[in-house]
Amino acid sequence: MTGRRAALAGRIPWTLVVFLAAATVPWIGTRYDTFLAAQIVIDALFAVSLNLLLGTTGLVSFGHVAYFGVGAYVCGILMKTYEVPFVLAFPAAGLGAGLFALVSGYFCVRLIKLYFAMLTLAFSQIVWAIAYKWNEVTGGDQGLPEIPYPNLDWMSALPGFADLRIGDRFYLLTLVLVAASVAVLGMITRSPFGRMLTTIRDNPERAAFIGLNVRAYQLAAFVVAGTFAGFAGALYGLFSRGVFADYVFWSKSAEVMIITILGGMNFFWGPPVGALALVWLNQQITAYTEYWPFMLGTILLVLLFAFPGGLVGGLVTGFRLAVRRLARSDA
Amino acid sequence: MLEVYNLRKAFAGFVAVGGVSLTVETQQIAAVIGPNGAGKTTFFNLITGHIMPDGGRVLLAGRDITGASPHRICRMGIGRSFQRTNIFARLSVFENVQAAFLAHRGRGRNFWSRSEDFYRDETAVLLASIGLGGQADAVAGTLSYGNQKQLELGIALASDPAVLLLDEPTAGMSATETRETMQLLQRIAAERELTLLFTEHDMEVVFAIAEKIAVLHQGRLLAEGTPAEVRSDPDVRRVYLGEH
Repeated sequence: MTGRRAALAGRIPWTLVVFLAAATVPWIGTRYDTFLAAQIVIDALFAVSLNLLLGTTGLVSFGHVAYFGVGAYVCGILMKTYEVPFVLAFPAAGLGAGLFALVSGYFCVRLIKLYFAMLTLAFSQIVWAIAYKWNEVTGGDQGLPEIPYPNLDWMSALPGFADLRIGDRFYLLTLVLVAASVAVLGMITRSPFGRMLTTIRDNPERAAFIGLNVRAYQLAAFVVAGTFAGFAGALYGLFSRGVFADYVFWSKSAEVMIITILGGMNFFWGPPVGALALVWLNQQITAYTEYWPFMLGTILLVLLFAFPGGLVGGLVTGFRLAVRRLARSDA
Repeated sequence: MLEVYNLRKAFAGFVAVGGVSLTVETQQIAAVIGPNGAGKTTFFNLITGHIMPDGGRVLLAGRDITGASPHRICRMGIGRSFQRTNIFARLSVFENVQAAFLAHRGRGRNFWSRSEDFYRDETAVLLASIGLGGQADAVAGTLSYGNQKQLELGIALASDPAVLLLDEPTAGMSATETRETMQLLQRIAAERELTLLFTEHDMEVVFAIAEKIAVLHQGRLLAEGTPAEVRSDPDVRRVYLGEH
């Protein structure tokens, strides 16, 4: 009985269910719901990209926002200043972020542990300083407001899409691009390349002595993670209709790390769950108190002590316990 | 197969290995022995590229590998186990060995296929041959100490080495485990036509299976030869065996 129930649950394509549920938000939710959903979806991609470093490769990057920021600025500048269409600006954002990750990562992977973390932070502060000071290109402390939305008029031709606002359409575009990006990151994580990254996480010394060039693999992971952070940044700039130096500030790196750890960095689906939880918590708490950072800190402390594996870790443990108890009561 | 000439290394003036030469013939089983601090582990680390030598040369099958990086030396055919057990603790036993197959056969760059589909049969055969066939799905870090040592051997063997360097393969094992491990090593060395070089503190084990023994003392080669020669060497008796 339990076995059959479990097998049935295993056969449901859960990712597809979640994707379809998320896609219905513009029709069944309010405008504000769509706004929140877009934020969750973009944060999810950003955190999944970080987790390729954190959970899979064992690299603690404190400067992941640098690549998010480079992506946001590349896409924003191309679309606003040069009127480049989104279909070109979006890939360019990933490319720019990936190239910057290649250059900065080349230096970062030469250091280990805390020194690696500090150097990633240093690179992200360099990006922030450039964003803040280079008025002609980045708009400096004024930022780049009023970035145009991509042209999504073609969506009107789809059944049911004619009445959707531009914000709703952009959310759906974001959802599709994020889903595709997360699918690619999932493929990479489960591939032989991803397996090599986990050996480096567990034991870099031993990984070298199964024949791996550890630094080259770490750099490759760094570039992939940076590229997808760049995609997330590009979407975020368009979603918030502007790119500002704040987006590249180091506290944003801390936020994405909180999302990843809260959701569970040992699980591929941890970061998206963390993104959902953090945005939801933010909503709930700000409705009651203005001391939101204090409350969040307390909640995080409790959660991380109760579920060291994050929310997904807690769910998995709970599910296993429930299955075991059911099996026992069946017998 | 493995030739070492005048290998030297000093750490801040302390001579850890001071001009050691050693030749191990193809398919020979050789042991490096010596008291704690004699430089055995440093000697191994110099051969496998974990430490850069100050001088001297290391040849593998006639090819100069001195100072190459560990991953290159591994690919050229030297497998190794470490004194402190060195496995991938959070991966399953199966994944530990399979990862070594993937790395050795150049599949590590494949980022589009599912990793679990690769080398299932090879991994199962290798696990069975080292006596871990029944524990393929266990998380490696939860294995007993002896089993972790076996797994480490499995990881080294997946790289299909010509020469296997084992740093204290029976450290921390009970007498029974030690005997079983050495029998396993002898069998595998014979099956795979391996050249074996190992360090060991248990003299009974060394004299039972080594065909050649090198004695290190304070970073220098004190004696070298067959077990009988080493056993009767007056210097060795004085500084080392005499202690027992």
